[in-house]
Amino acid sequence: MMQMTGAELIVRLLERQGVRTIAGIPGGAILPLYDALSGSELIRHVLARHEQGAGFIAQGMARVSGQPEVCFASSGPGATNLVTAIADASLDSIPMVAITGQVPLAMIGTDAFQEVDIYGMTVPITKHNFLVRSAEELLEVVPQAFRIAMSGRPGPVLIDVPKDVQNQRIAFEAYPEPARIQRGPAPDEAAIEAAATMINEAERPVLYLGGGVIHSGASQLAVTLAEQAGLPTTMTLMALGAMPMDHPLSIGMLGMHGARYTNFVLEESDLLVCVGARFDDRAIGKAAQFCPNAKIVHIDVDPSELNKIKRAHVAINGDVTDVLERLLPRVQVKLRKRWLAHVEGLKSRLPLQMPGRDDPRTHYGLIHAVAAALDDEAIVTTDVGQHQMWVAQAYPFRRPRQWLTSGGLGTMGFGMPAAIGAALAAPERTVVCFSGDGSLKMNIQELATLADHGLNVKIVLMNNSSLGLVYQQQNLFYGKRVFASRYHRAPDFLKIADGFGIPAVDLDTAANPRAALAQALGTPGPCLIHASIARDEFVYPMVPPGGANTEMIGG
Amino acid sequence: MIEQVAEPLQQTGFAKVVLELDVNNHAGVMSHICNLFARRAFNVEGILCMPMANPEKSRIWLLVFEDQRLEQMVLQLEKLIDVLAVRRHGAEHEVFERLERFFH
Ligand SMILES: Cc1ncc(C[n+]2csc(CCOP(=O)(O)OP(=O)(O)O)c2C)c(N)n1
Repeated sequence: MMQMTGAELIVRLLERQGVRTIAGIPGGAILPLYDALSGSELIRHVLARHEQGAGFIAQGMARVSGQPEVCFASSGPGATNLVTAIADASLDSIPMVAITGQVPLAMIGTDAFQEVDIYGMTVPITKHNFLVRSAEELLEVVPQAFRIAMSGRPGPVLIDVPKDVQNQRIAFEAYPEPARIQRGPAPDEAAIEAAATMINEAERPVLYLGGGVIHSGASQLAVTLAEQAGLPTTMTLMALGAMPMDHPLSIGMLGMHGARYTNFVLEESDLLVCVGARFDDRAIGKAAQFCPNAKIVHIDVDPSELNKIKRAHVAINGDVTDVLERLLPRVQVKLRKRWLAHVEGLKSRLPLQMPGRDDPRTHYGLIHAVAAALDDEAIVTTDVGQHQMWVAQAYPFRRPRQWLTSGGLGTMGFGMPAAIGAALAAPERTVVCFSGDGSLKMNIQELATLADHGLNVKIVLMNNSSLGLVYQQQNLFYGKRVFASRYHRAPDFLKIADGFGIPAVDLDTAANPRAALAQALGTPGPCLIHASIARDEFVYPMVPPGGANTEMIGG
Repeated sequence: MIEQVAEPLQQTGFAKVVLELDVNNHAGVMSHICNLFARRAFNVEGILCMPMANPEKSRIWLLVFEDQRLEQMVLQLEKLIDVLAVRRHGAEHEVFERLERFFH
């Protein structure tokens, strides 16, 4: 018979689940759990400076490890501060378990101090959530939360634990088994056969990879499929790295800021093989005009994604790895010389334009200089805005989980705490966070967390003294009526870094920016690398709002 | 970022459909289901929920209008952890009809 409090039980169950790092911030309603955590010899706690930071640190760890990672917050404002990070995890299908303290059971519903209905608030942004009513329930709820977070399409799960439940003593016979991934039913063989026939018979097929390929660990299989069947391959923002950018079959990222040739190749395709992607509006533009002549094969672990936006001729529900393993032996080897030559022709006529790519004082040049100073082991995170799109376009991603970005929610403030999480999960790697001066300020307090741990995180701040992507849209689509998108006073980011105890380098004043950059990136530990970017550099090409992908402007 | 100009969804259907759900009987199930319909802007005309003979389970009856998003709604319902089964019936199903006298 084992005896312990609910709080101790949570800590033991997390340990048994293999959790080794938890990010969070304590407060009254979660103090019993923190007290129990202080006794853990296996779990390290990372004290964030804002709960949103803690949520993104957990996400950064999860995006690198592929395992559910954990964050803690207290009741009330602690819990509401987590909401954005949970919603972000939901839209990008990131496995995460958020544990919040709650006022004691008897006080729920009394508008008690720091009481909010975080259970109710997180219904629409979690895969599932729990309000725990007794310590005994924890024996079931904690492993179930992990199983849900990691099985099928991953996602965030919230467990709200009232303070008295944390303090309640229970006795039980044995610990439950740690959660493991629950596999879904085997995919439909007849549908796989039909998909293989369509691929074998197509003349102008395109492979369209989404984040599901990364989550499923199926990148290698996807590349094999492309090579075997001679499929030009495009990736969504979430799938960058699934196929190396410089692979001869890669046609880069599709969609709103994809290269012109990529969107034109899709336009001409007669078969679209969509693997772990969800026809998001940023990727496909106007749905009715996307791939107008293509039949569609759609493979996804989430049945509700099939036929949601585009009706598939063959829809296969299943884990992408399972399906590709069964599909590959049925797919004929094809060279597809004519189609691939045509794709090459489009690529050379309508490539991605990268003006200034050899000058490290320009946006594309800076990104290339960073890539040149690093190898494929490095991890790249971004915030949200122009800098994010430029990095997505220009950085030579070559492996899955090399690239962490907030895709579905597009959350400014994601980049730096996610980089901290990445560095905690993979301390041997260099982590680079490309940020904008707007985004960096959204979670700038996490510089203190970064300094605490001395992690190998390099923040490359592309400073255009503006909310660049907003400024761009006002210039292009709102008659140049620039409003609320320019900053009139620029903070001194070098002093800010210094104030947090983080070394900083200014590329603007460096005599040799390339050398200064390489040195900063090569020195272990945190560093802020500041570079000014002209405000009137825009992200091109661009599909205007509501337009079809072939109606791009610029670039 | 920028607003997507949505292609208007056709809400053609006027035929009624009755959905029968088996769910785990615990607090919160109703809020998961109602929230799902609310956040996807899909109207629920009628709703009925009672525990089943086995008190660990409840049955929920929903009355909705058929429209082209219904298939997606059912798939979304089936994804909810506490929803064990979803069955679809035509409007001729008697469950709501027999209740009508309480609504006059
Ligand atoms: C939390 C949040 N608020 C607002 C937005 C809307 N938004 C998208 S990009 C952007 C500007 C980003 O500016 P910055 O981080 O400086 O990057 P830049 O575009 O200049 O590279 C804004 C305000 C957002 N995506 N996230």
